[in-house]
Amino acid sequence: MSHISPVLWEFLVHWLKNFAIFPPEASTIAPYADALYFALVGMTVTGLALVMTMVLVFSIRYRKERHPEAVQIEGSTLLEATWTLIPLGIFLVFFVWGALLYFRVFNPPPNSMNIYVVGKQWMWKVEHQGGQHEINALHIPTGVPIQVTLISQDVFHSFSIPAFRVKREAIPGRYTTVYFEATTPGKYHLFCTQYCGTNHSAMIGWVYVMTPADYSAWEAGNTSGASLAQNGERLFASVGCNACHNGSATARGPNLANVYNTRIRLTDGSTAIANEAYLREAILAPSMHVPAGYAQIMPTYQGQISEDGLIDLVEYIKSLDSNYRIQQMLNKSQISSAQASTEGKTVPAQGAAKP
Amino acid sequence: MDSPSIATTPHELGSSGLPHAHDHPAFMRHHFEDIGQQREAASFGMWVFLLTEIMFFGGLFCAYLIFRNWYHPAFVAGSNTLDITLGTTNTAVLIGSSFTMAMAVYSAEMRRKGQLVLFLVLTILLGGVFLGIKAVEYHQKYVDHHIPGMNFSIQEFVHPTNPKAIPLAPDMAEKTQLYFFLYFAMTGMHALHMIIGIGLLLFMVARASRGAYTAGHVIPVENFGLYWHFVDIVWIFLFPLLYLISRYR
Amino acid sequence: MSTIVSLPDQSTAKLPAKSYLNQEYGLKSWLLTGDHKRIAMLYLFSITFFFVIGGVLAGLIRLELLTPPADLMATDTYNKVFSMHGIIMIFLFLVPSVPATIGNFLIPLMVGARDLAFPKINLLSWYLYMGGGLLVLATMVLGGVDTGWTFTTPLSTHYLNTHVVTAAMGIFLAGFSSIFTGLNFIVTIHRMRCPGMTWFRLPLFVWGHYATSIIMILGTPVLAITLVLVALERTMNIGVFDPSKGGDPLLFQHLFWFYSHPAVYIMILPGMAVISEVISTFSRKRVFGYTAVAFSSVAIAVFGFLVWEHHMFIMGVSQYSALVFSLLTMLVAVPSAIKIFNWSMTLYKGSITFETPMLYAFGFIGLFTIGGLTGIFLATLGMDVHLTETYFIVAHFHFVMVGGMLMAYLAGVHFWWPKMTGRMYPEAISKTAAVITFIGFIVTFFPQFILGYLGMPRRYAAYPADFQVLNVFSTAGASILGIGYLLPMLYLPWSLKYGEIAGDNPWQATGLEWQIQSPPLTENFSEIPIMDHEAYDYEWLANKTHHEVQTVG
Repeated sequence: MSHISPVLWEFLVHWLKNFAIFPPEASTIAPYADALYFALVGMTVTGLALVMTMVLVFSIRYRKERHPEAVQIEGSTLLEATWTLIPLGIFLVFFVWGALLYFRVFNPPPNSMNIYVVGKQWMWKVEHQGGQHEINALHIPTGVPIQVTLISQDVFHSFSIPAFRVKREAIPGRYTTVYFEATTPGKYHLFCTQYCGTNHSAMIGWVYVMTPADYSAWEAGNTSGASLAQNGERLFASVGCNACHNGSATARGPNLANVYNTRIRLTDGSTAIANEAYLREAILAPSMHVPAGYAQIMPTYQGQISEDGLIDLVEYIKSLDSNYRIQQMLNKSQISSAQASTEGKTVPAQGAAKP
Repeated sequence: MDSPSIATTPHELGSSGLPHAHDHPAFMRHHFEDIGQQREAASFGMWVFLLTEIMFFGGLFCAYLIFRNWYHPAFVAGSNTLDITLGTTNTAVLIGSSFTMAMAVYSAEMRRKGQLVLFLVLTILLGGVFLGIKAVEYHQKYVDHHIPGMNFSIQEFVHPTNPKAIPLAPDMAEKTQLYFFLYFAMTGMHALHMIIGIGLLLFMVARASRGAYTAGHVIPVENFGLYWHFVDIVWIFLFPLLYLISRYR
Repeated sequence: MSTIVSLPDQSTAKLPAKSYLNQEYGLKSWLLTGDHKRIAMLYLFSITFFFVIGGVLAGLIRLELLTPPADLMATDTYNKVFSMHGIIMIFLFLVPSVPATIGNFLIPLMVGARDLAFPKINLLSWYLYMGGGLLVLATMVLGGVDTGWTFTTPLSTHYLNTHVVTAAMGIFLAGFSSIFTGLNFIVTIHRMRCPGMTWFRLPLFVWGHYATSIIMILGTPVLAITLVLVALERTMNIGVFDPSKGGDPLLFQHLFWFYSHPAVYIMILPGMAVISEVISTFSRKRVFGYTAVAFSSVAIAVFGFLVWEHHMFIMGVSQYSALVFSLLTMLVAVPSAIKIFNWSMTLYKGSITFETPMLYAFGFIGLFTIGGLTGIFLATLGMDVHLTETYFIVAHFHFVMVGGMLMAYLAGVHFWWPKMTGRMYPEAISKTAAVITFIGFIVTFFPQFILGYLGMPRRYAAYPADFQVLNVFSTAGASILGIGYLLPMLYLPWSLKYGEIAGDNPWQATGLEWQIQSPPLTENFSEIPIMDHEAYDYEWLANKTHHEVQTVG
């Protein structure tokens, strides 16, 4: 190789060292996905080999020079039934196998750690429970089942971590979730895979998988001081939710303590589970989520609270197990709103609530 | 739309010629074997075309059903602002025009030229009346600021003037925009079909008065009849969905 | 029952004195023609034109992806380039490719009719196609559109300020062109068959186009209304597809894929139809299991309408509906498998020769098998999660569409070239082109499967450096592929003047179209034929040839 210039040689070596043909396996799902993948590759190779063998052998044996007389054959029901039913059987096996994996990826175990990810043109905003915020990066510990709750602030995005073999669209207007459990510490690609406009290809980042100890250290070093629920509490008071949702006997809004994951009866007679999606929707489109026994007086907050704010509020409501702090806060905010109104201002949210 | 009268021209026949060169009616196209085949092909083609039309409107009906299910109160409120008198009148007018169209087909089959022209003109008139009434309704929506994207106002739904109406919360009232968008998209698409139909009718009147359809060549009139009845049937679905099923009792 | 078919002596063949090509002269005689064969030629030219544009755009995409950063063009330029590539190739090339050219030319000939049922509507289809094409070109000239060919809302409706409406209206017009073509085919196949031509005597080419036409007339109107809604939402600021206004972006996905999934069958079924003819002709045998192949086309058309949600498995649809759609997708794969096996089995005990169309057909079988089986990866729910929206999808789609459909299109163009023009293409160079295309294709698209499993997302102008080696392979392959496509564009026009004269039936094929002069008369048949034998009846052909030799010679 002495005739190749050393610079070019270095370049080639460097280039080929970077040459990946198989992604790292870094989650508990990955080995299962890879097993399925290799089974599918096996099926493809077998199928292709079968067809190619037929074509090649027949082409050689029955080429015109060797076989000048074509023998006319109508068909064969038995043969055709064979190659209808065997592929069908194989495909059905893969259907079941794939479905099992799918249900695993999208149904997290109940004890999983929830991380919120908001997609917007063109970045991923990650919000940890403890209030740590990250842009285009995601720090997670190994060995902990993690549920990522996704939402988009504008257009469709898609949250993809190839090393974990998982992917989920971030859709405007609704929460989607994906679950994984990392196994190997390291730094892995994070992509947006749904085309989302000009800088789609710049909407990438890194997933940092750490040992639990490293993760705790990172968590402690990056906290912004307030958890999601604490931010939510502040927002809850500042937009005036506590004016009605305070759990007092005269409250105009339903009691929110311990409401998370309960079954709620609505005015139209239907029932709904108060999960994250329900709570978010109830803030944006309250008239479609009025619990039985309450009047529709709540204003919509569509366009007034960002998706991040909604996440804070949802986390706050999830964390509420008593109304004590709301009532404490209420006393303060009533005082402040009283002060505000004496200065000729009204709290906008409350003003809008009057029908 | 695809009436064979405008669909084909006879080929220039070469010296090789066709054995049956000119022993058939003038309106028969040379690529057909006989007049029966031409007739069957034309009418079958029209039915297939109507099938595509059903799929075309199907997308709108699908959107309507989903959003009606989601935002029922808004759809009720939106529906109640429509003028039921005008809607009913229009339904009657349109059914009437279907009747005159059917009579036109009958006249063509009976080879009565004057009667055919009369019924075609009546159909045009009734179609025009329908569009006129529709224009009045559209204008009313414009005055009320109920045209989505053009100074749409939810005032009427939040603080209704009609004592029977239930006031909507502002967030639900916003959804009436979806109702009106679908209202305009569906009735607009229907009206567009009417306008195309009237254009074709004008063309047919001109040809009919020269006796084009009363010498045995009734396929174009029949096919147009199918089209006109289809447009009528679309309205028969639109009228209850948009005007009737959500009204106060 | 065995048959010997010997190819006719072409040195004695003469061009017929009168044919559809020299019936009339002048631009007007082409632009106002009602003749399905001339309209097919108009389509052939215009489709090739758009293919060249789409191909140049593809070349630009591959050039940009040679290096990791977005250095050849800015990201928004790249986005416009791949969007225009997709729109042009899908709506202006793949959808009309075989049906509007070869299908238009052959369906009346194959069913024994003088023309399609509605010649003027056929011409109208071409004008609609050209109108759509011009709007798409206008979009390009005005500055392009960067929605991707999928027009995903709310991106396309509220977040871009490129020429979305112009492009959508172009596709709308092209869509109506395809509706009218489908309508014409269905009516022709139902009502214009010659005496004795029963449904089960129809060539499989006609069955394939019948299935295609069903999808065209039932699917395309849904796309049309969806694009109208997108345009209205964009211009009037409505929110049918915008969640912040109460709309539903998934509704768009459902409506769009309700057309666009069946549309891939619009693109592949005519290709399969061509392959059935080619394989049968060059192995001088009836297609193995005619009925199964015929019904599998119809089954694909019907099941094709029931699988659209498999494009949305990770979009937050209900997991149980995903189960149903995954199962249905598995079912739709079976008819394709049947076809592949039946074609392979047709070769058994044949008398095979390897002319260019046959080489392309072999290419089709191999590449379509890979393309089809990798479709199973994507129908498998858990695997789709990892593979969707990556280069695996790109590779799968191109294996089916370029490896499958384009191979079939070229097979068809070469196979019927003598019938369309009366002259043979040059055999040696066209065989070389077929082999180059095959090699170029594999080098271009096979690495993309690996890239896909690595997780490289599609539609990226810039990508991480660890994906570069495979991308370099892909780009290198694309240049080989480019040569493979360039060659036919050079030698086919050349053969118009210098090609050998073909004679009526250079392949000794059995179809009705081969029993008449090449190129055919304007009225196709001087006398409407009477079909008295099954399709692919080589014994009948041998007897007929024998008889002709005895009576004439």
